[in-house]
Amino acid sequence: MSNLPYVQMKGIRKSFGKVIANNNVNLEVNCGEIHALLGENGAGKSTLMNMLSGVYTPDGGSIFIHGKEVKFSSPKDAIKAGIGMIYQHFKLVEAMTAKENIVLGQKSGFFTNDNRVQSKIKEISEKYGLDVDLNKKVQDMSVGEKQIVEILKVLYRGADILVLDEPTTVFTPQETEKLFVIMNKMKEQGCAIIFITHKMDEVMAVSDRITVLRKGETAATVKKESTSPKQLADLMVGRVVDLKINRVEAKYGEAILQVKDLKVRDKEGAAVLKGIDIQVREGEILGLAGIANSGQKELCEAVVGIQSIQSGEIVFEGQSIVGKSTRQIIDKGISMSFIPEDRLGMGLVANMDMVDNIMLKDYHHQKGLILNRKPVIEKANRIKKELNVQTPDIHHQIRDLSGGNIQKILLGRELDSNPRLLIMAYPTRGLDINTCCTIYDLMNEQKKKGVGILFIAEDLDVLMQLSDKIAVMCNGEITGIVNPQNTTKEELGLLMVGQKIEAKEGDGIV
Amino acid sequence: MALFRFVKRSEVNGKTSTKIRVIAILLALIASGIFILLLKENPISVYGSMIKGSFGDPYKVKQTMIKAIPLVITSLGISIAFKMQFWNIGGEGQIIMGAFCASGIALKFPSMPKPLLLILMVIGGIIGGGLWSLIPAFFKAKWKTNETIVTLMMNYIALKWVTYLQYGPWKDPKAMGFPKIANFSDNAVLPKLFGIHIGWVIALAMVVIVYIFMNKTKKGYEVSVLGESENTARYAGININKTIIIALFISGGLCGLTGMIQASAVSNTLSTEIAGGVGYTAIIVSWLSFLSAPAILLVSILFAALLQGGAFIQIVYGIPNAAALIIQAMILFFVLGSEFFVRYKLVIKKELTVEGGQE
Repeated sequence: MSNLPYVQMKGIRKSFGKVIANNNVNLEVNCGEIHALLGENGAGKSTLMNMLSGVYTPDGGSIFIHGKEVKFSSPKDAIKAGIGMIYQHFKLVEAMTAKENIVLGQKSGFFTNDNRVQSKIKEISEKYGLDVDLNKKVQDMSVGEKQIVEILKVLYRGADILVLDEPTTVFTPQETEKLFVIMNKMKEQGCAIIFITHKMDEVMAVSDRITVLRKGETAATVKKESTSPKQLADLMVGRVVDLKINRVEAKYGEAILQVKDLKVRDKEGAAVLKGIDIQVREGEILGLAGIANSGQKELCEAVVGIQSIQSGEIVFEGQSIVGKSTRQIIDKGISMSFIPEDRLGMGLVANMDMVDNIMLKDYHHQKGLILNRKPVIEKANRIKKELNVQTPDIHHQIRDLSGGNIQKILLGRELDSNPRLLIMAYPTRGLDINTCCTIYDLMNEQKKKGVGILFIAEDLDVLMQLSDKIAVMCNGEITGIVNPQNTTKEELGLLMVGQKIEAKEGDGIV
Repeated sequence: MALFRFVKRSEVNGKTSTKIRVIAILLALIASGIFILLLKENPISVYGSMIKGSFGDPYKVKQTMIKAIPLVITSLGISIAFKMQFWNIGGEGQIIMGAFCASGIALKFPSMPKPLLLILMVIGGIIGGGLWSLIPAFFKAKWKTNETIVTLMMNYIALKWVTYLQYGPWKDPKAMGFPKIANFSDNAVLPKLFGIHIGWVIALAMVVIVYIFMNKTKKGYEVSVLGESENTARYAGININKTIIIALFISGGLCGLTGMIQASAVSNTLSTEIAGGVGYTAIIVSWLSFLSAPAILLVSILFAALLQGGAFIQIVYGIPNAAALIIQAMILFFVLGSEFFVRYKLVIKKELTVEGGQE
């Protein structure tokens, strides 16, 4: 029994419509092992874990738990098999106490035996060193305490395989430390732990083995002792693909956008931007690299006035735009297109047709109360032709179109507004090479016209080939601004995970 | 282990969804038919009588139309709020408050010239219903309260307010102790056109106006964008709170207009029965019409026919009126349930390793 791996996933495949989320993924986790699952956003980590926990059914491949093949049709089956998922967003009932949450949903008689429950929980918490006040309400707990309750809950249900999905995202370093102690204790007690993260230092701190996913496939499984953060970063990002895109030499003009010491807090009050300084000049592409959720989204939103800021300055063409309404900022010539993971996000309305989507940002310029769609229809036809948008008709709901075509509509609209500053976040997410190249060409064209571009992307190769400068973000901070012509991907990788290297002075640091 | 699973349809075309919805309605009729059989009646002849009872002769058609008018206007109002994903289930209360304001004007100025008085009552009704819906809208915009609860609770407040008036300050002294509010003067009663009170003209006009508002105006466009996604609305620079407030005033205002029409033309007075559940039925109508104004007109007439036909079979067969309500509920249940099948399809699971991938 003990020499059988606790979890074995072989050749797992899963697709959503036309998007392949997992393809031929293999994962093996042993008893008494902390196994890190590493990969960028969209690499397929969550999909894989959702199949392990019975939320999704794989399209192909097989899963073995404790050596037995399983086919989960619901999360209940997975729990029965001993798998405990601990999600990034806790699944706890706020108004109940820790104990009530732990017992919740358990099969039991009509009456619960309070003493027996209590002693069982106590036994578990002593065994693993989980210390929490059982009678405290979840709403009064810190995130660290809530996590302990989550862990207790799955252990109480008999889990010996624990999946922790980015558990430290909202943690203080001390809480993280504490969690690692608990994880090591569970490991000693013979649990198998899968630890999902994209923080390199944490991986190196606790894991025994590491499986790296890239673009839905297993890139490699390595032992911690025989790898380095650099190698892991390489594996995560992948090898160079020659896209034949060229940096256009452009004449830089005046600074269009200056962001000075920008600080932003999220709704919970956590600092998401911790003093950002960047500058974009006319005819310049400033690449912004960084692992997802390092603050890119907040930065974009702060510039266009969607996100309120705590302090700092945002200057556009010499004028401060802090406190201006989104509409005023749009009218000044700042265009933002942010392509989120679901492709639609906030730039487009899925249930509307191309025409209604194209007028989204400038319909209010029309006079009177009644909308005149005629000019918009012309524009839609033009964009459809210029960018070769594949749609049965411009009056077809865009939700039925493929991701690439949806992105073309968004970018077409943004470019058509003749912006002075283009903010493009993940414009080529999930697109095939040809469409990517079309979009890169469009960006270069804008650059030649003297437009300033803030270009956010995950693909370092592309960033290095297109950008004039690359700023690297990690955890709400700029860890370095480098010249892509004399830097390496490895250096970028290290900056992305927060290892500040001594920046090469004079390399275009503003 | 389940042998089948649901897979999201990659594309939904109009034909399939219409087919699914028609099948749903047929299934609803079959299910209700079984129920009628249990009552030892022939479903087909019962259905036939219902049609006869609602459209059989001019008088019956008139009655059906009178029932359809409040449904049309209220559903239009509710659909605007729903389009914005603001779950206004306070149509009932907004009707009552509209009727209250209109009645106040009617009782206060009984001898004012008819056109002037009626116009004032219409304005009063719209403002009454509109303001009543502004309260939950304001709370939502300001403090993110749950509008479902607030609008629902405000229905009861409105209802109890009218009860108070009926038993208290507005009690008609000439009603010999009977708790009733005085009838309006003739000047406060809407005139008739082709034998049906003029409310039907107003209803038709509203269908056109709401259709134009939702599809051709900037505000209507903003309401739709906001309903789809608040983030998108913010990104496009739409003033979210202002849009919520305006849309809800229109939504409640239309319900208030219904109240005015009912008070003036149908009951000639204000009473606690003024809304009579129209505010709730309208929720069903708006849903079944997919929030489209022309569809609301059609569905309202069908629902009115169900109500009218239900009353008819009650007399002919001695079946309780509730039977008609059950048919209504069945249709709603099946059509809403069919939405799931519009978006998902059932796939029989063969072997896990079977080539899936492409759809």
